[in-house]
Amino acid sequence: MIITRPRDWDRVRSQLADLGARRVFITGCGQCATVANTGGEAEVLAAKARLEAEGIEVTGWSVGEVACHSGGQRLETRKHAGELESADAVLVLACGAGVQTMAEATSIPVTPGLESVFLGNVVRHGVFEERCQMCGDCVLDRTAGICPVTTCPKGLLNGPCGGMWDGMCEVLTDRECTHVAIRRRLAEQHRVKTGEPLPPKDYSKKLKPGRVDLRAERKAAARPGMGEGS
Amino acid sequence: MSRLREMLDRGDFVVTGEIAPPLGTDLSAMRTSVETVAPYCDAVNVTDNQGASLHLSSLAASRVVLEMGHEPIFQQTCRDRNRLALESDMLAAWTLGLENLLAVTGDDPRGGDHPQAKGVFDLDSTQLAQVAAGFNAGHDMQGRPLKGGTDFFIGAAMFPEAEPWDVQRARIEEKIAAGVRFFQTQAIFDLDKLARATKVAHAHGAKVIAGILVLRSPRVIKFINERLAGLMVPSHIAARIERAEDAAEEAVLLATEQAVALRGVADGIHVMALGLDSAVPRIVREAGIRT
Repeated sequence: MIITRPRDWDRVRSQLADLGARRVFITGCGQCATVANTGGEAEVLAAKARLEAEGIEVTGWSVGEVACHSGGQRLETRKHAGELESADAVLVLACGAGVQTMAEATSIPVTPGLESVFLGNVVRHGVFEERCQMCGDCVLDRTAGICPVTTCPKGLLNGPCGGMWDGMCEVLTDRECTHVAIRRRLAEQHRVKTGEPLPPKDYSKKLKPGRVDLRAERKAAARPGMGEGS
Repeated sequence: MSRLREMLDRGDFVVTGEIAPPLGTDLSAMRTSVETVAPYCDAVNVTDNQGASLHLSSLAASRVVLEMGHEPIFQQTCRDRNRLALESDMLAAWTLGLENLLAVTGDDPRGGDHPQAKGVFDLDSTQLAQVAAGFNAGHDMQGRPLKGGTDFFIGAAMFPEAEPWDVQRARIEEKIAAGVRFFQTQAIFDLDKLARATKVAHAHGAKVIAGILVLRSPRVIKFINERLAGLMVPSHIAARIERAEDAAEEAVLLATEQAVALRGVADGIHVMALGLDSAVPRIVREAGIRT
């Protein structure tokens, strides 16, 4: 899931001031931001109370099923059309993807209330850790299921670097060095490293902005004479 | 041809030192440092934004060292440049007459003077050594032939005292397989640990230049233990410097003793003066390496 953190409130307030917003609609997200406790119903209501205490009228609020779903977000805007229409701005308590979805679904200026920080594993309730960078060029087959791109602060494929001491990371001193962990797990699984270092990553596979069109892929696959995929 | 390579190939015991380029364009202090240190060294490392802090580039400063009549070891970290920039700078280095290359990872930017900087690490040190080896074989990272290749003497860093040992051993072997011909180590306090690392390097034909720090004050030791990567000064060594009446003098004596001891284990010493440049000539002379 996408992990978000509340944006500094002074900054949110100045964003709204820049828009000259006296009336604000607030929208959250029923998925990630709800689990992250940043944009669920409770947080949306807290933001509402905060804005009202500062003399800003909240015309309405919504927490749709998932803020980054274009169809769902359009549905939400239709359901709250009146409340949106009377607002000067929409404060979005969702990740950056959710903010942009909302910006497409309404003509009213939208402004972010959260910072999107990482793709997180839910380690336990309320504890999130970053394990994947979505690099598009996975190396987990070679690294015993531990991602060095993400969990090494330098993102080194081959390590440890010179900062490792007693098996610990130099940058995050309370953590084991990722490369020590990888080598240990490989040894435990009797997977001796080949000695061939991992090659440099292919960053062309992470061209921005990413786009996957399964419909087009299916259509292409169904065309006579075409193989699966491309 | 690299004098460092020639000497190591011959089996000579070599001395390397360290030069820090300035923060700015005034080269006078760096020149003084070169004049003090380099005549007693077979080559001097020229650091690359050391400590993730801004300095004049190693490329330009290495050329200055060369023009002053000394042999530089051009250091290149993976922190500040992507593969295009690294390759381009390595080609530039060769055209500028820089024949020794030390491929290192580089400290994390968050520990330096530009903590907001993006750490690049497009390549890691092993991959960088591979790229240099490819250059030596006449091709770039994409396998395209170079119009004029290189013949770098490729070095890397080694950390014999940082446990776990099996991880370090694997790293030494990987770096050698990548094309590394010589290592410069982090400071050595435990000769047995150095010996086991040297044995691995020698088994694959690579040379080891062992690190010595001039621990000139208790404050410097505190800095090393708290801030310097991959290194802890053992308490008995720290106590010796702390108890000394003249810490700087004691540091030179200690470094000299270490230099003598390392002659039996390593292929050379790398003296990191930590600002006390005048210690380098003394250590080299008093250890009987040069007269």
